[in-house]
Amino acid sequence: MKLNDIVKEFGLEVKAGSRHLENEVTGGYVSDLLSDVMAHAEDGVLWVTLHIHQNIVAVASHKGLSGIVLVQGRAPEKDTVAKAEEENIPIMVTDLSAFELVGRLYKAGIRGA
Amino acid sequence: MATQEKEQGTLDRVTKTQEMVYEITVGEVMASKVVTVRPDQTMSELRLLMRDNRISGTPVVENGKLVGMISIEDLINALNDNDINAPIRDKMKTKVECLYVDELLVHCIAKFSKHGYRRYPVLSRAEELVGIITKGSIVEGLLKRLEIEYEHNEAKAAVTRQRPTMRKFFEDVSADEISFTFKYNVVGQSLKEAGKAASELKNALKKLGVCPPLLRRIGVATYEAEINLASYTKGGVIRAQVEKWGITVEAVDNGPGIPDVERAMQPGYSTAPDWVRELGFGAGMGLVNIKKCSDEMDLKSTVPSGTHLTMQFYYTS
Repeated sequence: MKLNDIVKEFGLEVKAGSRHLENEVTGGYVSDLLSDVMAHAEDGVLWVTLHIHQNIVAVASHKGLSGIVLVQGRAPEKDTVAKAEEENIPIMVTDLSAFELVGRLYKAGIRGA
Repeated sequence: MATQEKEQGTLDRVTKTQEMVYEITVGEVMASKVVTVRPDQTMSELRLLMRDNRISGTPVVENGKLVGMISIEDLINALNDNDINAPIRDKMKTKVECLYVDELLVHCIAKFSKHGYRRYPVLSRAEELVGIITKGSIVEGLLKRLEIEYEHNEAKAAVTRQRPTMRKFFEDVSADEISFTFKYNVVGQSLKEAGKAASELKNALKKLGVCPPLLRRIGVATYEAEINLASYTKGGVIRAQVEKWGITVEAVDNGPGIPDVERAMQPGYSTAPDWVRELGFGAGMGLVNIKKCSDEMDLKSTVPSGTHLTMQFYYTS
């Protein structure tokens, strides 16, 4: 599934990397531990987190993730957006909680890596 | 649908020669030094001319104008009819297929297969004879062009080869020890810039031709080491050394050191302060990740002077 389809389906608000919504989403990962994401997230997965600081971009870039979704309407920090644009990492925001969003993503066919 | 795809497939596979016949003109491949005869010369004279010039046919020209073509076939017929002293005018073909100097080779080839003649006179647009073209001249012209392209590609390939991929470099040079060193300074007590050294190192190694799976392992391990420097230390350096057998990445800091290294290596053990945990780090997984990603790992620490982490990565593992 393309990131773009997920953005439309769940009404995600795109905060950065809008030119990279053609990224293919190969799965999903949810975690607020960056080391955990570093260790276990795979190429192309969509990462659901509540962190908004710029380190999430470094992690996503390192792991080749397809994008980051911030939950509970949390706005990314200014530095985070700038860094995401620089590293071509899409960042999106949802008002849903992580649990709700992940449940819906799963229903839409996104699976854990 | 299937047919369409097939046709498109064929179109995609246009060969270099097919492409060239649309680029080259008749004028580029024709022979411009043409042996010609006059219509009032005899067939006997023609025989000698053909023999001496090793040709099997030639244009007949009168007052600068092309009036016909005469070939060895006409000569054989004349011999057969015992008419060897007849003027060329009586034996030549006057219905002549011509080509123009600015026509593309593709038209010329079509003409060859349509009429079956062995040669065609080439005219300028002012209808003057400027050359002659045979199948031989087409082949020669194509080969010449292919040769030029080939040499061009060869030169280009040589330039590409000059790009130093690491393996090639290590094969080409000789010394008792060869290595590339990359050094990055990491600021302590701040996670703002953390990850920069790891991603810059990853880029550098990519440029050296390190394969993606290895690149990823080095990237993750270096990132974790960098996070540790930034979270717990007064700052330090990350140093990567690229050698023939593999890559060593070291993270060296200036303290405060780890009191219990064995415990620090246990998954989930962490001494991270709140500000680090708030950013999603400090779960006691960094060193575990490093161990998982590297082929060899060594952690030495003294309180309070500092910690020296060594990670080794082999090219084949």
